[in-house]
This record gives sequence, C-alpha cells and structure tokens, in this order.
Amino acid sequence: MKFSKSFLLASVVSTALLSTSAFAAGVHPETGEKLADDQTFTYRILDEHSSFDPQVNEDVSGSEISRNLFEGLYSQDNLGNLVPGVALSHTVSDDRKTYTFKLRDDAKWSDGKPVTAGDFVFAWRRLSSPELASPYQWYAELMSVENADAIVKGEMKPEELGIKALDDHTLEVRLTKPLPYFAAMTTHSSTFPSPSWAIEAHGEAWTKPENIVSNGAYKLVKHVPQETAIMERNTHYWDNASTIIDKVETLVINDENIALTRYLAGETDRTEIPAGQFPRLSKEYPDQAVVFPRLCSYYYTFNLSDSGPEEFKDVRVRKALAYAIDRRVITEGVMQGGQFPAYTFTPAVTAGFEVPNVDFAGWSQKERDAKAKELLAAAGYTKDNPLEFDMVYNTSEGHKKIAIAMSQMWKQKLGVKVNMSNMEWKTFLNERGNQNFELARGAWCGDYNEASTFLDLMDSESGYNDGKFANAEVDQLLSDAKSMTAPQANYTRIEEIMATEMPIIPIYHYTNVYMMNAQLKNWPIKNAEQNWYAKNLYKVAK
Amino acid sequence: MLSYILRRVAIAIPTLLLLTIISFLLMHAAPGGPFTSERALPPAVLANIEAKYGLNNPIYVQIINYIGGIITDFDFGPSFKYKDRSVNDIIANGFPVTLTYGFLSFAVAVLVGGALGIAAALKQNSWLDYFAVGVSIGAQVLPNFVMAPILVLVFTLWLGWLPGGGWNDGQWNHLILPVIALSTSYMASIARLTRSSMLEVLHTNFIRTAMAKGLPYRVIIFKHALKPALLPVMSYLGPAFVSMITGSVIIDMYFSTGGIGQFYVNSALNRDYAVMMGITILIGGLTILFNLIVDILYAWVDPKIRY
Repeated sequence: MKFSKSFLLASVVSTALLSTSAFAAGVHPETGEKLADDQTFTYRILDEHSSFDPQVNEDVSGSEISRNLFEGLYSQDNLGNLVPGVALSHTVSDDRKTYTFKLRDDAKWSDGKPVTAGDFVFAWRRLSSPELASPYQWYAELMSVENADAIVKGEMKPEELGIKALDDHTLEVRLTKPLPYFAAMTTHSSTFPSPSWAIEAHGEAWTKPENIVSNGAYKLVKHVPQETAIMERNTHYWDNASTIIDKVETLVINDENIALTRYLAGETDRTEIPAGQFPRLSKEYPDQAVVFPRLCSYYYTFNLSDSGPEEFKDVRVRKALAYAIDRRVITEGVMQGGQFPAYTFTPAVTAGFEVPNVDFAGWSQKERDAKAKELLAAAGYTKDNPLEFDMVYNTSEGHKKIAIAMSQMWKQKLGVKVNMSNMEWKTFLNERGNQNFELARGAWCGDYNEASTFLDLMDSESGYNDGKFANAEVDQLLSDAKSMTAPQANYTRIEEIMATEMPIIPIYHYTNVYMMNAQLKNWPIKNAEQNWYAKNLYKVAK
Repeated sequence: MLSYILRRVAIAIPTLLLLTIISFLLMHAAPGGPFTSERALPPAVLANIEAKYGLNNPIYVQIINYIGGIITDFDFGPSFKYKDRSVNDIIANGFPVTLTYGFLSFAVAVLVGGALGIAAALKQNSWLDYFAVGVSIGAQVLPNFVMAPILVLVFTLWLGWLPGGGWNDGQWNHLILPVIALSTSYMASIARLTRSSMLEVLHTNFIRTAMAKGLPYRVIIFKHALKPALLPVMSYLGPAFVSMITGSVIIDMYFSTGGIGQFYVNSALNRDYAVMMGITILIGGLTILFNLIVDILYAWVDPKIRY
C-alpha cells in the first residue's frame, strides 16, 4: 500500500513537471524578465476558421492557427525577415529557376516521426491537385512551380509538379520563371508540410483533434466549432525547449463590442478595438491599447468598363472626386484608430516600397478642393447641370459612415448628387465582379509583403481589376517588375500613372487597433503581414 | 385519433419535400455563390471545386442527388465553408447546444410566465397585476440583442460573477446568461397571453356556476379554469418551443455558444448551400412535429375538439 501511494505521488509530480514549461515561474533566458506562472495565450477571432488543413484553409484566422500547428520551410521574425523553419538554408541555380532547400534533421511531427522532404512533396502535390480542389490551388501557380498550371487544369498529374525530394533532407523546387520573392512565399500556410499517413488513415477527418498530426510548436487538443480551438505544446517540436507559451486558445466572438467587454473582464489577451473607441481606450488603458500599420488599403473604384457611366470616362471628373475627399476627416473624425490618409494605392508599410511623391499628396486640402472645382467645371458640370452617380458599398456600419462623409464632401464642395446604396457581401462581390456598378468600395490586403501584391490589381488582365482599368504602360511595367531585383522605379511610375489617370480613389491605409494584455510580450508589431508565432511570445509576471 | 395522426404524418412528407425544393431553388437564385470571394478564383480552380461538390450539374440533378443522399444515407452533404466538416457533423455538434439552452429557456419562460399571468389574472387590478404586467411589458420591449450585451456588462464585467460567453460543454455557469436573455421575451408573451385568457375564462358562465355551487376557489381555478385558459397559450407554445430549441442567432452570436442558430444565418451569408438546407429541413421537420403534438394536446385539454 505504502509503495503504491508514493508511486502515485511520484507520478502526479512528474506529470505536473511535464505539463509545466521549463520557464514557468522562471525568468526569460534573454531579457531576464520574470515570467508569469500561467503561460496561456487566449485571443479573440471574429469568425470560425474554414479548416485546420493547411492546404485547404482559406482565411486569415485559419492561417494563424496553421502557423502555430505547422511549420513550413521558412518562418518570419518580428520584422518580417525570413528565418529558418524546417529549412535551414537554400541555394538558387544560375538561371534562378531551381531552388534547393536544405532541411533540418531534428524536425519531428507530433507523433515523433521525422519531418522529411517527402512531406513537402506530398503537401505541394496535394495543394495543386484538382481532386482536393483547394481554394488555394492558385497559390501553387502564383509561386510559378513547374507544371502547376497544367495540373490545376487537369492536363497533368500532381506527380508531375516541379518538386522533388533529393533525399530525406534535401528538397528541390523547379520554377517556370525566376521569381525574386519565391523563398518568401514559403511562409504561406498552404505550403506547409502535411502528414500523408494521417491523411490516408482518416481521410477528411484527419484534422479532428484525435487524428491530427502536426509539425509545429503546438498540437491541437480540442476544437468546438464556433466556440474555441485549444492548442498545447508539441513536445516533439525541435525548438520546444525555447518555447515559452504553453497553451494557445482561440475564442470565436462575433460581436466586437462583446469581445471588448470580455477582454476587459480578463477572458482574452487580445481583441480588436471597434471603430471610434481607440481614443477613449488609449486614455483609460495606455499600456494595453496599441495601434500599428497594416498591409491593407481602403479605396473606391470607378467602373471604367463599357457598362460604366459616361461621366467617369472623363479623367477630370475622376480627379475632381478624388481631390475633394478630405482624408483627414475620415481617418481622424470617423475611424479614429490611427489610420493613414492614402494618396497611393500601396501602403507605406510595404517592404522595400518607397511611397512616391504623387502630386496631390503634397497639396493642402484647400488647394485640392480648388483644383477639384476647377476640373469639374471644366468637365461641364454646374449647379444647373450637376454630376450625379451611384455609389455602392457592402453592408457595414463603418463603410456607411465613410460613404456618408464622402458624399457630403462632394455635395458641399462640388454640388455633386450621390445615390448611396449598400449590398450584402456576396451580392456586392457578384455585382462588382460583373461591373454592375458605377462607383464601388474596395479594400485589399497584401497576400505577401511586396508592392506587386497591390499593384497587380491594376493589370488589365487581373481578375481582381473590377473597375477594368487598362493601361498598356502599367501592364508592361508590372510584367517587367516580376523578374527585376530592384523594381521600385517601376512601382513609382505605376503609382504616378494612377495619380494622373485616377482609376481608383485611395482613401486610407489600415492599421491594426488592438487591446493587448500588458503582460503579453514580443508581439511582432513591426511585421506588416502580422505573421505571428505563439512560440515567440511570452507572458511576464504582474 | 390514430388515423388523424397518420394522416398528418402523411401530409408532412410532401410538405417537407416542397420545403426542400423551394428552399433549394431560392438559395441558388441568390446572387453570388459559395465560392464567390474577394480573391476571385481562377476559372480552372473554380471548375475543380464545382466538380468536387457536383455544382456543375444542372440544378434538377443537384436536387435529385441531394434528396437521394438524404433518403439513402441520411447524408445532408458537405459544408462548402467549413471544409473538414459535413452538415451532419455541424448539426450533431450544434443542435445539442441549442436544444439544451432552448429547452431550459422554454421551461423558465413557461413556469415564470405562466405563474405571473395566472397570478395577475386572479388578482386583477391589484399591485401584483400591475407588477406582472409591468415586468412582462418591460421584458417584451427589451429585445435579446439589447439584453445580451447588458447582461454581459453587468454580470461579467462589473460583478465578475459569470463568464461572458462560451459553452464549456454546457457547464451551469455558462448557461445562465443565455437562458435569461433568450427566455425573457417569450416569458413576457406567455404571461400576457395567460393573463388575458385566464381573465376571459374567469368571466364565463360555467365558472360563475361553479362559484354559485360553492366549490372551493382552489378547485375552481385548477380543475375548471386552468385547462381552457391554457388553450390559446398552447397554440403559442408549439412554434415558440421549436424556435427556442433550434437556437437564436443573437444568443449564439453574443455568447459564442456554438449552437446552430449562428450556423444557420452564416450559411445564408456564405451561400453554404448544404448547411442551410440541412438546418432548414431540421427546423421544418420540428415545426411540423410540434404543431402535431399541440393539436393532439388540444384534444386532450378540450373535450369539445374531436378529430
């Protein structure tokens, strides 16, 4: 009896030791800060993510989860620079079309199996296969992997994709054309490895907590749809020893005001601040309300296609409307979350992008207004013959406020009559995509941190160019930029053309506006893509 | 009676079928589709996805396949949005949640609302009556999307007594706020209905006769007045019960319960056809079932009704 009691005690103690991080109740190895006992990071997500499967997922919250559960070839540091993930390094062939990655030999899956080059080959073939029909299939094409196009179209087999395991720890990828930012694209969750044996054993149910095998710093332990996903340390992870956060928990809270209340009640460590509340919260909680730039642009697009209104074919009208918007009123009066007034499409935070000094950005609002009046008069619109058009946005309180502010500015300054309407999201996308609009709201967030992720929308062939702006010079500049090592001059020129042609009205560049637990440290606020990894975070003691 | 029930069940089948077909057509008529997104998919990718889900077939083939799947395998299809889950999974996860808080809310609404209504009727124009009417009007004008944030503010943020949301496998402290928020307006309606129908019954001739015969007050109320007074309330309770147990989008949204109410609304916004169909059929089936139960209860309560 005595023996079994002490045995029991010993096992309880050892389990407790196992489940506690080596750093709990300790200090941070680098900074020396005293760490909190409870290293749980809980954050709010707006809506249930679409899948745990890295190749299938299609939304931001799902990618965040993927980055904690899985690890790709490369990861990003707090500034967005590439750091080794499963890959330690890579070499590029002379023609810049073949990449050879050297993989680390200590990477393991959560079931203890080693992570091999074959797991990447399996994942990438899977990504491009018509059979899986991933909504991110096009990412394989975007990366220019050899034969990806034909495989997606069903003309070739997934086995013919330009990716090959030279041995367990050497991976070769062949591209159809040189792509300067190819290595950076491997931080995207759709390129993460996947465990063939788990997928073959469980089919689509492989992502359920009881079946899933992952190679990241965490493994999934619980999932309640529309409520929570709980991830705990993957003890097989190669860098488990320097990971501090023990548990990552997502809470689905649809309403941002409720989310804020629950944050203030201490239920989460991070939540978004609803529009207009930042000034108050930053006064009350100066150490918790944070704001930093985000890789997104808010704009309105003119319909320049044949179905668009005649009025907008006149560049003077487009310019007048763009000039008359006082962007400071929108960022400081309506949004109040530190957003940046936009005069270019590409945000300043974009890596390697220098914001060109387009003409109207340098003018005072008074000068812009004067110029706008002059242009509109020259285009033949007067008090008796006012300009009138329809303006549409997707249903949302925030978009409505901005649309009202814009239409008031136009009405007061230019005497323009605007008919505003809003549409439910999918209807809106459908109408905008079919050019059934005159002036429509748009927003774009970078898929990767490079100016082309924005400017490609201006390509006359782009599927996202809903306004059907077409300019041969822009097309040429974009296509040339793809293989240039320093494409800034092209980007500057494109933004200048946009300022002269005004196919869209840039309004503001987004910010992330968060309430963040003051104990939570090392959040990568300088990483414009907000690719964060829970393994790099930690919580200090109060 | 049995033949009546059989007849009703027989009618239910074509009704459900019609419901399925009409919903299916209406859904497909809505602009945009499940794969319309800001990142418009390249045609080849879209074609692969549509082929995977059979959306490239003519619509009548899709309907036949869909209904066929339900009949042969009880398979309500895959979710287009939540790719690693089927509609059966979603309902199996979400329905027990809404069933739990819906049933509790129903019990609270009936017990409290009924008691308030009866008490108010018996003591008409007394302070109790005014109190009951006041409470029920108050509860009626406070919709649950106003109640929910207020409850969270008071009980979570200020008092710190209860969690502001989540389900936690139905732990009791996660149930209280959703149940209060969902039951109040139903409780108010039940109280007002009970009060007015009780008052009406109390003024009928047979109650006056019972009084004149000198029967004890208690017997008059519980044996003679209550049953007929409940008739109008019962016809309200059937549909109310169904709408409570199939969940409320407001409750799911504000309390992150994971119930199907939220999935239902999201499926419409996401054009997640199969999820929307699955929940529509579930709600349709339950509505038919509970209307039938109410009709049977009618006959039991009121001997004048015969089928």
